[in-house]
Amino acid sequence: MIFFETRQVSKRYAHHLALDKVSISVPQQSIYGLLGPNGAGKTSLIRIINQITAPDEGELLLNGKPMKPSDTAVIGYLPEERGLYKKMKVGEQALYLAQLKGISKRDARKRLGEWFEKFEITAWWNRKVEELSKGMQQKIQFIVTVIHQPDMLIFDEPFSGFDPINVNLLKDEIINLRNNGSTILFSTHNMASVEELCSHITLINSSRKIIEGRVTDVKNEHRTHAYMISMMDLHKNPVEFLPQRFIVSDSRTENDGTVNFTIQADGSEKPNELIEYFARQGVIKGFSEKMPSMNDIFIKLVNQTKPK
Amino acid sequence: MNKIALIIQREYLTRVMKRSFIIMTFLGPILMAALMIVPVYLASLSDLSERKVAILDETGWFMGKFEKGDNLSFEYVFNDLNTEKENLKAGVYDALLYIPRPDLNIPVNAELFSIRQASMNMRSYVRNVMKTEVENRKLMASGIDPDVIKSAKTNINIVTIRLDEDGGETRSFTEVEVALGIFSAILIYFFIFLFGSQVMRGVIEEKTNRIVEVIISSVKPFQLMMGKIVGVALVGLTQFLLWVLLTGIIYLLFVSVAGMEVQKGADVFGQGSVIGGQTETILQEDRGQDGVKQVMEVISSIHFGTMIFSFIFYFLGGYLLYAALFAAIGSAVDNETDTQQFMLPVSIPLILGIVLSNLIVNNPDGPLAFWFSIIPLTSPVIMMVRIPFGVPLWELALSMALLIGGFIFTTWLAAKIYRTGILMYGKKVSYAELWKWLKY
Repeated sequence: MIFFETRQVSKRYAHHLALDKVSISVPQQSIYGLLGPNGAGKTSLIRIINQITAPDEGELLLNGKPMKPSDTAVIGYLPEERGLYKKMKVGEQALYLAQLKGISKRDARKRLGEWFEKFEITAWWNRKVEELSKGMQQKIQFIVTVIHQPDMLIFDEPFSGFDPINVNLLKDEIINLRNNGSTILFSTHNMASVEELCSHITLINSSRKIIEGRVTDVKNEHRTHAYMISMMDLHKNPVEFLPQRFIVSDSRTENDGTVNFTIQADGSEKPNELIEYFARQGVIKGFSEKMPSMNDIFIKLVNQTKPK
Repeated sequence: MNKIALIIQREYLTRVMKRSFIIMTFLGPILMAALMIVPVYLASLSDLSERKVAILDETGWFMGKFEKGDNLSFEYVFNDLNTEKENLKAGVYDALLYIPRPDLNIPVNAELFSIRQASMNMRSYVRNVMKTEVENRKLMASGIDPDVIKSAKTNINIVTIRLDEDGGETRSFTEVEVALGIFSAILIYFFIFLFGSQVMRGVIEEKTNRIVEVIISSVKPFQLMMGKIVGVALVGLTQFLLWVLLTGIIYLLFVSVAGMEVQKGADVFGQGSVIGGQTETILQEDRGQDGVKQVMEVISSIHFGTMIFSFIFYFLGGYLLYAALFAAIGSAVDNETDTQQFMLPVSIPLILGIVLSNLIVNNPDGPLAFWFSIIPLTSPVIMMVRIPFGVPLWELALSMALLIGGFIFTTWLAAKIYRTGILMYGKKVSYAELWKWLKY
């Protein structure tokens, strides 16, 4: 079920088209990756979704209905450019930001208490923000983003500035939030975290949507038909028995006679057919398809769609 | 609406709790009170001890002419100059006045010896006594009775009276009105800059802190801007009211504790003017008292209700008009040093107002005064100059209406620049750029 949609959204700044008829559909309870190189239009799109700016054309739908100004209350937004009032105390500031999201002071205090405990920063409640490390400030920003338990969360580069331990903490929390019913829109350049977290992605380049879909579908679509195979008791070298159209590389023979090699097929056989074929040549110890990484797909697609 | 209240509350509380605000709040009135009290107090201190002056008069003209004053006493001595100088050194008296026998007939020179520098007071007193005596003698020598001259001296006193349209009369005293007008104009100018730039700095802070995008995902940029402007306005009003209150309290406290001294100090001042010329003493006293009476009368004739109401109105109106512009400037730049190029056109009307106010007081009803007190950019300053002189109601109403219109316009304008500007980073903004933002 689609929770959030943009339809043919365009945004033009003075001399520059930031978004050109971009339509995306974000399924409910998905973690949806919004990808694209710098300046592609991701932040413009996110700001439109948050109703910080208005689109010139197109519409936004939330649960199938056109979005109203009051709908920002069900969105939690962690912008890429984020900060806190330096001179204000941590707790006071968290309370203020939480109340701006429309929750009462009492609820805010209670929920903040729980989150502060979870992130082990309770001791900092009465300290000034300027005394905090960047990572700690990021934690507070994360907390105030999710404090009103919004149906949709938008994270723009959420992991920048975190150490690996805190990145994991945050990933766990993001997954938790999804499991508890939130739909998450997630913009990043970090492809590893996309593979780890996202169920769906969209790629924007030069103001246009290039591709959208499930991560597995995208990967399938861009598979390169490369396989890593490991065999024993081969009666011949793979290069000799394989047809010319298969390109063999990285062939290596271990001490026990195991041969590891990679083949590049052209996609005319299914993996199962390949396995049958190889089974006739010897004993298969290992067979796996080399799937493209999101990183490879990203680079390939961005280069393909480069404006001339 | 609730969110705007939250923003106002934060803006207000964080500023009011700042150490600098608290220091300013207490320092301001202390300085003000000090300005009023210290000169009076010092005057009352400086001449409290009595000075003894020895007079060595070789001419014999001034025998018995020097009379004991409040803090000067005189003693005639008859030894030669060197002996008396020794006496002075020994501290028998504080000063020695030596009037040598003149080469010609008339003694016009005298020497005043003292260990410490002789006070102005002492010198002018001595000079006056001698001058009067010599003049009297000259007059007598010409066969003119000094009393005739005295009675011929006249002091012209002009009382200005303003006729109202409905026939009422108010005594006016231009100096008081000028002072009052200029003072309130400068105060408005000062407040607009002080609190306007606080708004600007607040906007820049939010921008450089990168908190602004976090906040405008929950509230509209306009709400954030208005919340800040209104919050700072309340800070301004609080500070102003506290200043008025504290200045009053400090002054009253001082008067009740040290009332006697102040009274004495005032007497010293009074005497200072009396010394100006013994022959005119009575006349001058009359004028002095009359002056005070007139000032009091004028002060009571100025409608303080109108004055305070318009002060607060023009402060708020002017502040709102300029604060919006200041907020727009703050949103367009990345740091305070970049504000210069935009600050200039915004501050020019205000500075112009202050410069013109000196011309306005000379002709508070002229076309210059009229137009500049109608145009919203200058009206907060110029109208405050004019109000003590009395301004026709329709002009006041027109000016106020235009000021309200003016700040609605600048707020609308500022909001357009603000909502784009706060999200713009690392870009040197030009006027052409701002113009584009207006059209987004």
